[in-house]
Amino acid sequence: MKCSGAEIIVKLLERQGIETIAGIPGGANLPLYDALGQSDKIRHILTRHEQGAGFIAQGMARVSGKPAVFFATSGPGATNTLTAIADAKLDSIPIICITGQVPLSMIGTDAFQEVDTYGLTVPITKHNFLVRSVEELFDVIPAAFRIASSGRPGPVVVDVPKDVQMAMAEFDAWPEPGKRDTQPELIMGEVERAAKMINESEKPILYLGGGVIQSDSSADALALAEKGGIPSALTLMGLGVVPVDHPLCLGMLGMHAARYTNMALEECDLLVAIGVRFDDRATGKVPEFCPNAKIIHIDIDPSELDKIKMAHASVTGDVADTLKALLPLIAGKDRSDWLGEVAALKESNPMIIPEAEDPTSPYGVILKAAELAGEGAIVCTDVGQHQMRTAQAYPFKHPRQWLTSGGLGTMGFGMPAAIGAALEAPDRSVLCFTGDGSIMMNIQDLATAMEHDIPIKIILTNNNALGLVRQQQDLFYGKRYYASDYTRSVDFVKIADGFGIKTHDLGLSDDPAKTLAEAIAEPGPSLIHVPISPDEPVYPMVPPGAANTEMIGGEKND
Amino acid sequence: MIKQTVLELSVNNHPGVMSHICGLFSRRAYNVEGIACMPVNGGGTSRIWLLVNADERLDQMVKQVDKLEDVLGVERHDGGHAVFAKMAEFVQ
Repeated sequence: MKCSGAEIIVKLLERQGIETIAGIPGGANLPLYDALGQSDKIRHILTRHEQGAGFIAQGMARVSGKPAVFFATSGPGATNTLTAIADAKLDSIPIICITGQVPLSMIGTDAFQEVDTYGLTVPITKHNFLVRSVEELFDVIPAAFRIASSGRPGPVVVDVPKDVQMAMAEFDAWPEPGKRDTQPELIMGEVERAAKMINESEKPILYLGGGVIQSDSSADALALAEKGGIPSALTLMGLGVVPVDHPLCLGMLGMHAARYTNMALEECDLLVAIGVRFDDRATGKVPEFCPNAKIIHIDIDPSELDKIKMAHASVTGDVADTLKALLPLIAGKDRSDWLGEVAALKESNPMIIPEAEDPTSPYGVILKAAELAGEGAIVCTDVGQHQMRTAQAYPFKHPRQWLTSGGLGTMGFGMPAAIGAALEAPDRSVLCFTGDGSIMMNIQDLATAMEHDIPIKIILTNNNALGLVRQQQDLFYGKRYYASDYTRSVDFVKIADGFGIKTHDLGLSDDPAKTLAEAIAEPGPSLIHVPISPDEPVYPMVPPGAANTEMIGGEKND
Repeated sequence: MIKQTVLELSVNNHPGVMSHICGLFSRRAYNVEGIACMPVNGGGTSRIWLLVNADERLDQMVKQVDKLEDVLGVERHDGGHAVFAKMAEFVQ
């Protein structure tokens, strides 16, 4: 066989099972696009910004659990991808970014649209490649898929100079597609030690994170909780691992947790940390996090163990393998005293959802949309108050139902990630909760949603401010609101209308619940505008750097 | 004086490897006091020796280095290594 580098890349992507690629062409990746245009297996989604393409890939990967691919050209195309790649690194999302580069002979000459993509992406990728010959592609493309999906997943960048895309190679056979490596064997002594500590504990809590979702082991985590009678707190990334309405579910822990959740953690004598990384938004001030507890830490990435908090016992391994090995060793134990204590904390310090019944309130619209969209819906958010409210109030039932930028906290994530989710799961309802600050950071890809008639439902709570920044100024900067209020406002309904998106304004509706129902039920993309007050903080809130017990607001008033 | 140690890395030999390794140290403001690198096995792999201060972050550094795709193995020599003793002669 004889093919060009570009044809080889496209064929190898087809062989990996890739069916959708978002991206933008430019001078340095036109050979790749020319080859992609000949593919009848891969659909291309032309975005309006490369960051949007990156978040579309993330949306696909977060829903499917499999690597997703996006394309960008050299120079500004590549630099525009960086935020989406860094975001994927922090949340361990398997995406593969294939960038064009100036021809090999011109690298290092400050050629037109040349930037050091390799150097720029070293600290924000799991691994990256600068391909230096067409023959290398046979190794590099399968390796990119293997690396992105093996162990702790993460983003991979493959930078391909234009002349490598155009060079011809003769070869006999295609390489095998890149697959997830098999996991190293568990050390059973570690598992047995963990089981013994769990069995001896009077007041254990499970602390479950994104690693449980990545390893598709939510059912095993729930089985562990049920067998041991162990209450379970979830990280932001772990929402959906245990259904919100399950009696053992404590909801999200940390900065915007319900009061009782952080209080229960204060009381526990054993913290079983599974697929988590002790993020500062979850732990608060680390020395005061779970002060009475021994810690078991289970993670596939050895560098996470003992990074923030020294564990009393750790298990290095895939969470799914570990849970399967652990479960038979767990004794069914009567922990009714502890569960009673937790229930009493919940009774006296519940999650307070203000104005839950009003579909035009910041929380009410989330609950109403959840009810209308049903339990199979995929929920995306941007970053800010609306994100924390959704995390607090949405009735999550399933893993991979919740797509949010956890580690990097990227405003602009939500809408393109929702497009990616809808492309990956066309038969499911996709909600995107956003704010007026966040949506502006990638609003251009409303055009992409319109062009492909992608049925995302964007629920925009608009306080004409950077709400979470403003809330910090309110609480910690003497109410000096500086650079957090917009002095004039834009008309989002007109903007969305201009993009050819159907619009609804709950602020002008006589029957907001009915309007919301119509918007969610109608085909194609819709924007639902919900004007809200800037003076509605998200409570409770732990001040940054404080212990999780120092919560502000959210008290039960009765 | 701060205690020093030597990390001996076996790595794939290509132009990006040094940047991956040094990046891990620089982004954590962890100084590398000395570096030596030589190709082995005809140039397919290289050996890198890093002379670093042994502060409390070193275990985490070793784990991070070990995670790199192009790093094939890491050994730690708390008693130092002859390569730096010999190189020291050039800066006397």
